[in-house]
Amino acid sequence: MATRLPETDVVMLGVGLVGSIVGRELTRAGLEVVGLERGEPRYTVPDFQGPAMHDELRYSIRTSLMMDTAKETYTFRNNAEQTALPIRRIQGFLPGMGLGGSAVHWNGQTWRFHDSDLRMRTLATERYGKDFLGPEYTFQDWDVSYSELEPYYDRFEYLLGIAGKAGNLRGRKVPGGNVLEEPRARDYPTRPMKEPYGSAMFRKAAEGLGYHPFPAPSANMSEPYTNPEGVTLNTCMFCGYCERYGCEHFAKSSPQTVVLPVLLKDPKFKLRTHCQVQRIDLDSSGRTATGVTYVDAQGREFEQPAKLVVVGLFALNNVRMMLLSKIGAPYDPSSGNGVVGRNYTYQTTSGVQVFYDESVNINPFMRSGACGTVIADFVADNFDHAKLGFLGGAYIGEVLTHGRPIEFHPTPPGTPSWGSAWKKAVVRHYNHTTVVNVHGSSIATRYNYLDLDPTYKDAWGQPLMRMTFDFPENDLKMSAYVTERAAEIAKAMGGKQTAGGPRRRPYTVTQYQSTHNTGGTIMGAERSTSALNRYCQSWDVPNVFVIGASNFPQNASYNPTDTVGALAYWAADAIVNKYVKSPGPLVS
Amino acid sequence: MAKDDASAPTNLSRRRLFQAAGAAGVAAALPAGTAQAQQRASATAYVFFNPAESAFIEAAVARLIPKDETGPGALEAGVPNYIDKQLGGAWGAGERLYRSGPWQQGVPSQGYQLPFTPSELFRTAIRAINEKTKFSKLPQKEQDAFLDSLQKGREDLGGVPSNVFFESLLQVTIEGFFSDPAYGGNRDMLAWKMIGFPGAYADFYEYVDKHNVAYTAPPTSLAQDARGWIHVHVVRKGS
Repeated sequence: MATRLPETDVVMLGVGLVGSIVGRELTRAGLEVVGLERGEPRYTVPDFQGPAMHDELRYSIRTSLMMDTAKETYTFRNNAEQTALPIRRIQGFLPGMGLGGSAVHWNGQTWRFHDSDLRMRTLATERYGKDFLGPEYTFQDWDVSYSELEPYYDRFEYLLGIAGKAGNLRGRKVPGGNVLEEPRARDYPTRPMKEPYGSAMFRKAAEGLGYHPFPAPSANMSEPYTNPEGVTLNTCMFCGYCERYGCEHFAKSSPQTVVLPVLLKDPKFKLRTHCQVQRIDLDSSGRTATGVTYVDAQGREFEQPAKLVVVGLFALNNVRMMLLSKIGAPYDPSSGNGVVGRNYTYQTTSGVQVFYDESVNINPFMRSGACGTVIADFVADNFDHAKLGFLGGAYIGEVLTHGRPIEFHPTPPGTPSWGSAWKKAVVRHYNHTTVVNVHGSSIATRYNYLDLDPTYKDAWGQPLMRMTFDFPENDLKMSAYVTERAAEIAKAMGGKQTAGGPRRRPYTVTQYQSTHNTGGTIMGAERSTSALNRYCQSWDVPNVFVIGASNFPQNASYNPTDTVGALAYWAADAIVNKYVKSPGPLVS
Repeated sequence: MAKDDASAPTNLSRRRLFQAAGAAGVAAALPAGTAQAQQRASATAYVFFNPAESAFIEAAVARLIPKDETGPGALEAGVPNYIDKQLGGAWGAGERLYRSGPWQQGVPSQGYQLPFTPSELFRTAIRAINEKTKFSKLPQKEQDAFLDSLQKGREDLGGVPSNVFFESLLQVTIEGFFSDPAYGGNRDMLAWKMIGFPGAYADFYEYVDKHNVAYTAPPTSLAQDARGWIHVHVVRKGS
């Protein structure tokens, strides 16, 4: 029997990036917020300090900061003909666990999407015609345009102190910045990071081929920065332990380093850790949430009543929470009906290695998670797709994030995987190799989706979520085209040899590609094709808001975090200035 | 190509010495501790492996990452000790491994789908191998051919497909070679020195934009004290 707790204004599911920002905005507006976090409380001091943090085995290989897959995981299959099996050891993508969520162990690559991503159906139809892609592709508009989101991107980037160089200031092109980006109201809050050697060679090669290289926007600090919350970040030391690690230097923007120090002092915010939310509770009409039921570390069940429920879990878990709570119709791929679980998308990545002479010291260990040089010439709709037969694109860049040797020990093609020949190749190439990354979009199809697994359960007896995914034909074509461009740049970078190729099927969960799982609780203009309206509010239960990369109707060329942060501010603004004044559906 | 060696702590990197010198030169370039390391490679006190198992593991890792002209191999680095401690510890017992059934074999893209924990997997597979061959007594060429057959084959090793076992063995061997010496392999950081990886060291702000710098400072371990001694949790008396 659950213990019923006193009612709060808002219960926040997950205290990661979204929970910290929305918690701050709602408490600032005077609301009482309870934040429920499944993992542990953890802080820069003492939890992320060196030298213990610089342990590749513990953090990269044994994934200590990630979801504990002994207790909960996902099941996976490439298509509906297969039986989904549990991902018994998480490798292909890395959901975080604990205070700060995945924004503790992220790299810090912070990108704005294009209007052609947000209004993809409308703009692609205008430019390429209605039937450019087949009917199996279910990409659609977000019902939010870039110009509407711009002030929220701006706010998020100034919270984080992003290091970068604007290339488009209110329509004025600025050489050296990303001249192909959407217009921004003002420049980045901090100057770009230093350019490592490999990035400099990429810049030269890309310029020589007529492209427009610029420094990647980074949440690793180029200089000290005090954000509008009054929290100060330090300069990044390029230690090479960023993704999969917490930052010991207060130099990577994360909830702990940009907003939690303020939020956790606010008496209106109550953090509860080790709380596993089982479901959002609904009243008998099924149209109003009454709060949530969670289980604490001792297995005690609690009911936390709330006037408003905000879901800010890892993207896949947002979808699962909606399915477990029976909010919104589950998506059915055979009919195409239903909305929750619809348009699950991912990220289409590839890479080209450049092997140099021993006279070239790449020093891969002198890096940060987001420093590097990039081109956007093949991003989104920055290039004409009419003759290419696909939509979407990718950025190409030298964004080597580390040189940790269990994960990074490149060898040229044809090298055996063990023995003396392998060892000699590792010693020969370790410090003399870089990688040109291709980070590409993922289009929605009718066949890639999320639902509850019929067989496997978590440690609390709840069904795991089932992922059904393989790379769509459109994205394989995109990857082939853009990876070929990347290979041309790589060949011009002065190495002895290059190696790499496009993404191929099948998608496999045993090899890390990206943590960017997107879609499943998508936003949109129509309740028949989206789970949420443009304010991230459930169409079915208006006092439930869901915020995260699960809101993306399809995934863009760029990394998702900037857009997740912008949506957090966008939704919080709608809650404070629209919903609280007049609770009910914000879109009828 | 711009050179900026003058900005590095010393002018000649240890890595370059490795590359320039032959095997004798390598030994000369290593800190004094490494010569001891090579001698005591098999003097590890195993807490998980029985003698038949450790004989196989020591022989196998010596072929996966052999001692050669580039320097010491996995055996000299103490990788069997690393594997022993991993299999005897939380990871070997299935830490972070989802272990609920039903069990069925899917397609490779679905990943590991056996009911074995890592310690069960190693124990089961090595028992089956030791029943069919005296691996540690074979000539190197035959050892390599046998390892190759494990990697490429699907032979049933007491319930473990041989390729699954091989991939696990290779993975932990690479882990033990390149992980911090605190975990019992990579003795005296010899694998890091071989490739020029600085280990746990944390500050390259002044170097990152000095392009093509030959970074030569010695690596740093998590388990290093102020005198530079590396404290590893298993120390056998007299070693």
